[in-house]
Amino acid sequence: MGEVIVITSGKGGVGKTTTTANIGTALALEGKQVVLIDADIGLRNLDVVMGLENRIVYDLVDVVEGVCRLKQALIRDKRFKGLYLLPAAQTRDKNAVNPEQMKNLCEELKKHFDYILIDCPAGIEQGFKNAIAGADRAIVITVPEVSSVRDADRIIGLLSAQGLNTPLLVVNRLRMDMVKKGDMMDIDDTIDILGIDLLGVVPDDERIIVSSNRGEPAVIEASSLAGQAYRNIAKRIMGEDVPLIQLENNDRFIDKLLGLFKSKKKN
Amino acid sequence: MLDFFKFFSKEDNKSKDIAKERLKLILIHDRANVSPKFLDMIKGDIIKVISNYMEIDEAGMDIKLSRIERENDNYSSALIANIPIKRMKKIGKNN
Ligand SMILES: Nc1ncnc2c1ncn2[C@@H]1O[C@H](COP(=O)(O)OP(=O)(O)OP(=O)(O)O)[C@@H](O)[C@H]1O
Ligand SMILES: [Mg+2]
Repeated sequence: MGEVIVITSGKGGVGKTTTTANIGTALALEGKQVVLIDADIGLRNLDVVMGLENRIVYDLVDVVEGVCRLKQALIRDKRFKGLYLLPAAQTRDKNAVNPEQMKNLCEELKKHFDYILIDCPAGIEQGFKNAIAGADRAIVITVPEVSSVRDADRIIGLLSAQGLNTPLLVVNRLRMDMVKKGDMMDIDDTIDILGIDLLGVVPDDERIIVSSNRGEPAVIEASSLAGQAYRNIAKRIMGEDVPLIQLENNDRFIDKLLGLFKSKKKN
Repeated sequence: MLDFFKFFSKEDNKSKDIAKERLKLILIHDRANVSPKFLDMIKGDIIKVISNYMEIDEAGMDIKLSRIERENDNYSSALIANIPIKRMKKIGKNN
């Protein structure tokens, strides 16, 4: 039986889609059977970030409406064995699907895949409710800014009301230069405020933009720091005890991250 | 005006500390508002305790979460309760 993980944030534009694409690809590279569901109906993006936009025939709404069979709508990523995408409909709205249908879809997919990752839309409305309906676990993404952390806190409350009581935190777009100057909240600050466990920290990395230009997730790039962070997150999801890559150790986090940057430069 | 400049001056708090303090306050309010039951629960408990000592006007009771200003631009959260007393109970007097 597979596991359904929803990637959510409340606030828009903080990295849900990027995170879904990268963790999903990393899990597939670890040999897992993975399906990514784009639940952002009407504003689909996961297909583009994955570089699969030209392969879409059917979508999520077609599946729940019975226009096609589930298998017909799944796009197999030919680059990564075991990786599939179920794209969102672009010309429909969030009300085209309901939570019950999402639950059933997730139950069906769990029979065939190890991990089902759901890219949640921004907001707390119908799209959010649909996206979390079938989830077993939740990952909350935030960037280290007041409004994003505030929205993350609200999402944590709403998840808990749905029985998702132990969401894990990913802090995205951390900038060490700003943390050092005292101009950005560090990891300890953020965990302290939100009170949930940390799954990983992803640095702000221009390679993310290059990779989305190309439609190739950053995890395939050995030199991308963000890619490295996402590979480690994937391992942790699989239950491996990856020493929070110098990047993420809660304790003396900054020193360790700086150490990592230094050793990178030497090579 | 003076305070305005102080707010932005460098030697004052680091901006991340300001962010953290502001967030803590914001979240106290957000979290309290997540469930409308929250204040009702507190209200119920306060009535229970106070009723041991005095008779209060439950209908006229008002309780809310608010920000109060402390010294130099510092704010903190406060639970403000306005509880009209009808009369004191005897036990209170004897002690
Ligand atoms: N670690 C990072 N470093 C640099 N850029 C990033 C990083 N993470 C995300 N971005 C960029 O931020 C933008 C928003 O990311 P993304 O689309 O993943 O967010 P989202 O939460 O899915 O947004 P939406 O709420 O609109 O669905 C993109 O341009 C992406 O390339
Ligand atoms: Mg998105």
